[in-house]
Amino acid sequence: MLGIRLYMAQRLSAMMMGPLVLGHLAVMIYAIQGGLSSAEILGRTKGSIPWFLFYGAFVLAVSVHAAIGLRVILHEVTGLKGRLLEAFTWAVMLGLTVMGARAVLAVTLL
Amino acid sequence: MRYTGFRKRANRCAVSGNDKTMEVSVWRGSGGQGAYEIFQVPAQDNQTVLDVVSYIQQEIDPSLTYRYACRVGMCGSCAMMVNGQPRWTCRTHVKKVLTAGRLTVAPLRNLPVIRDLAADMDPFFEKWVKAGGVHKPGRSRDDAIQQVSPEDPGRVEANKAIECINCAVCYAACDTVAGSPDYLGPAALQRAWTLYNDVKVTDRAAVLASVTGPEGCTNCHSQGSCTRFCPNELDPLGSVAGLKRALARSFFGGKG
Ligand code: SF4
Ligand code: SF4
Ligand code: FES
Repeated sequence: MLGIRLYMAQRLSAMMMGPLVLGHLAVMIYAIQGGLSSAEILGRTKGSIPWFLFYGAFVLAVSVHAAIGLRVILHEVTGLKGRLLEAFTWAVMLGLTVMGARAVLAVTLL
Repeated sequence: MRYTGFRKRANRCAVSGNDKTMEVSVWRGSGGQGAYEIFQVPAQDNQTVLDVVSYIQQEIDPSLTYRYACRVGMCGSCAMMVNGQPRWTCRTHVKKVLTAGRLTVAPLRNLPVIRDLAADMDPFFEKWVKAGGVHKPGRSRDDAIQQVSPEDPGRVEANKAIECINCAVCYAACDTVAGSPDYLGPAALQRAWTLYNDVKVTDRAAVLASVTGPEGCTNCHSQGSCTRFCPNELDPLGSVAGLKRALARSFFGGKG
């Protein structure tokens, strides 16, 4: 139930997530080691286009990757296919995008 | 597969000179219905799982249905589940697979059951056809015979899989087929990879196209049960990986 387009989308989103995950871990370690407070962190992220792009890209990659992964699991475990499977894939992708976008906007919007 | 209980039957055959027996559970039934039946079979120093099944059919219950032809690992018709794992029964020694003196024999996984140990191979072969497993030559009989060098890289790759005996052991081992019954499966995809590399095949794009759909090679999870269980030590996992690479290249506009 995974044609070439979904397959490529999943592989490419994984390739995108690789460096983003490493970047995210590095940021977390830096923030904790440096003892930054939430206010100091927000002070750096608010209004920052680079942080918006970094975490925005992360959210998009995760949404695509997770939706396709869950689609495969759902299909193989329950046998669901056709329109319902498509609807499930899109719902997961949009749901994750919306939730992620809210978080990104909350920390990067001025 | 539904398990509905055991029926016991005494071994009516008197065996002289060998009083050791083993307990063999054999799947009996047709379609989705059936149950394991237990037989006591004399244990020999050297015997294959197929020998055991034949013994039951010849000496205890002539109605036991199963399939074999060559007995030497050539025809691919004798594959069954032995103690839960797919095996070619004519080349599987009982000693190697016996657990606690017991043997369980069932029809191949991932295929419908015709009766007892005979699985219906139609879906397996239909997928070979779907995966484009038919050689479509690029030349006609009027053209000169094409010279193929054994060292040609494509030929070397294609050679790796030509010993496939169509036994469906890999297909029975594949968890992706179990979860996604339309998936073409390791053997058919391996065949497509062989054709893809065959220098005599001119339309490689057509080969790729037949394994690109939602049932195609992109569903493989690369866990390699196929390669682990193939009795001929072929590598369907490697073939499927090759198809995926070719597909990814063609996706980016490469020549595939
Ligand atoms: S590696 Fe792929 S083809 Fe082989 S058993 Fe696993 S899912 Fe099936
Ligand atoms: S690849 Fe191996 S296991 Fe699969 S059908 Fe061919 S010989 Fe049998
Ligand atoms: S009987 Fe032919 S392969 Fe086993």
